[in-house]
Amino acid sequence: MNWEFIEKYLPLYQKAAVLTVKIGLLGIVFAILVGLVCAVVLYYRVNIARQIVSFYIELSRNTPLLVQLFFIYYGLPKIGFAMSAEQCGVAGIAFLGGSYMAEALRSGLESVEPIQRESAKSLGMNSVQTMRYVILPQAVSTSIPAFVANIIFLLKETSVFSAISLMDLMFTAKDLIGLYYKTTESLFLLVVFYLIILLPVSLLGSYVERRVRYAGFGS
Amino acid sequence: MAEKILEIKNLTKKYGSQTILDGIDLSIDKGEVVVVVGPSGCGKSTLLRCINSLEDIDAGEIVHDGHKIGMVFQSYELFPHLSVLDNITLAPIKVQKRDKAEVKKQALELLKRVGLLDKADSYPRQLSGGQKQRVAIVRALCVEPEILLFDEVTAALDPEMVREVLDVMLDLAKQGRTMIIVTHEMQFAKAVADRVIFLDGGHIVEEGKPKEFFENPKTERAKKFLDVFSFDDYLKDGEGI
Amino acid sequence: MLDLGLEVLFKGSNMLRLLQGLWVAVKISLISIAVSMPLGVVVGSLMTVKNKFIKLILRIYLETIRIMPQLVLLFIVYFGSTRALGWNLSGEVASIIVFVLWGAAEMGDLVRGALISIPKHQYESSKALGLSKVQTYIYIIIPQTVRRLVPLSINLITRMIKTTSLVLMIGVVEMLKVAQQIIEANRMVSPNASFGVFLVVFILYFLVCWPISMLARHLEKRWV
Repeated sequence: MNWEFIEKYLPLYQKAAVLTVKIGLLGIVFAILVGLVCAVVLYYRVNIARQIVSFYIELSRNTPLLVQLFFIYYGLPKIGFAMSAEQCGVAGIAFLGGSYMAEALRSGLESVEPIQRESAKSLGMNSVQTMRYVILPQAVSTSIPAFVANIIFLLKETSVFSAISLMDLMFTAKDLIGLYYKTTESLFLLVVFYLIILLPVSLLGSYVERRVRYAGFGS
Repeated sequence: MAEKILEIKNLTKKYGSQTILDGIDLSIDKGEVVVVVGPSGCGKSTLLRCINSLEDIDAGEIVHDGHKIGMVFQSYELFPHLSVLDNITLAPIKVQKRDKAEVKKQALELLKRVGLLDKADSYPRQLSGGQKQRVAIVRALCVEPEILLFDEVTAALDPEMVREVLDVMLDLAKQGRTMIIVTHEMQFAKAVADRVIFLDGGHIVEEGKPKEFFENPKTERAKKFLDVFSFDDYLKDGEGI
Repeated sequence: MLDLGLEVLFKGSNMLRLLQGLWVAVKISLISIAVSMPLGVVVGSLMTVKNKFIKLILRIYLETIRIMPQLVLLFIVYFGSTRALGWNLSGEVASIIVFVLWGAAEMGDLVRGALISIPKHQYESSKALGLSKVQTYIYIIIPQTVRRLVPLSINLITRMIKTTSLVLMIGVVEMLKVAQQIIEANRMVSPNASFGVFLVVFILYFLVCWPISMLARHLEKRWV
């Protein structure tokens, strides 16, 4: 292992890691928003909107992110929707993650007993207030383990960003392998940086899962 | 004559081809405590749910002239993610937009009255069934309803907790609250009711003063229904021997 | 009219080439599935044994494979092993190795989950009925495990097919690569080809994965 090489190219990886995380997290935030809207539409069985949401979920879950990104990045500009590579990365994660977040939240919403809605109605709450103060907080807390699992999954999926020429970790590693044949060092750095990103979230995930499984509110 | 607060005319409710409530006429005066009894499946709970517009009705009308209605459920239905105090104050603050400090003060007073002041910061899962139900009653009271509906509120409780909840309800009756109570506790019904309604097969079969109804039921169906309960009492007595 | 660049697909054997590219991806997944499923059953069963050492080893294997993005694994095997072991691995073989390692880990976890989800009293009541250990497994435990397992493993298949899109990045000529080649070759005559061709790739992936997902959901509803 050539430590000089590693030291020299460490900053490059740092930059790439920051880019990966930045785009990943931004995409995840949008994915949660998309998921929230979709889950609420499915929960209230809003006509037409529900069909559109179901169709989107099927499309999103049954196609690879890489293909989605190619279509967004190379295809869409031809019909007038041009975006920067960064924006495409965010859009891709939001498109893919939206359906996963929607499913997680929907099962959370459905786990709240319907009579809780009636109870809220009896106290005079309208449906927006019921959703906001009674249903959603309970749904979110039951969905948290699934949310964290989705976040880990989406962060891992960011590894394909290099295909739309984003200078992410994969791009950097491949570049260095191609340029200097320092395969071992480049891959070592790649693994280390992904571990730095994923390990904390993964540990948080198993912590949250244990907590949610064995405890509830007020403990 | 007392002021009429709720009037139900020809209320009909169907589930598919099954008629649950069949032309109910009922009017309730302010301050009156009405207990609804009847065999299971007779439509008692559905009646309450219709009054509280949790169910759409198929015919008839329910006139409450804007009088606010509150309801307490058999399964308490406290919000598990909120503390006891937040459960009580959520609707007054968020729905009625009342002053936070004032609502909190009222909530604590009511909690004190039902003996749960020390539980204000607890979460529902930390309470016993009887405590949960008392909190649910306080929560319903705090939105200041003029009519209170109780749907078998002791049915899910362990026997030793029934009393603490019934005491709270007796107390409310003494305060002159208008209440409609669905229950299987016949002794309690006798003690608390101004009027008893016997519901069977979606009809009001008999109604009257509690003493009259329980001691001298006029209809065969009411007699038969009450017999079941006296048999229960017989068994309970028998256990002691 | 908006030029969607679909016409390139009707030129020469372009559509056929695209489908051949899809076949490469599907073939890699099929081979990987065929090898990793039985391996996964072994791994999963071993994970429920009492031996702490075996458990620990398998746990490490599972967690290591799972925490890394599949593309990183592909890079490690494709670039790394070539370097370290001095052999020349084709992209296809490298991807099959990675998918088998990954698939066996995921499948192992599913098998383990299905096995431990069988309530203890199922074993006890079988014993109470006088069934032998082997009979208990054959008539009681395995049928229940399989019912839980089948929909989940079918889902794993769609995940694997979707993941094969990554092999483009280690130089395997699959559907996406063919798509790029077609677009590149027709850059002058069909400037909008990248819309139409990638759209078709998108739809083709969907047409392969969607029926499999539907089957999994159907079985899940019926069996679980």
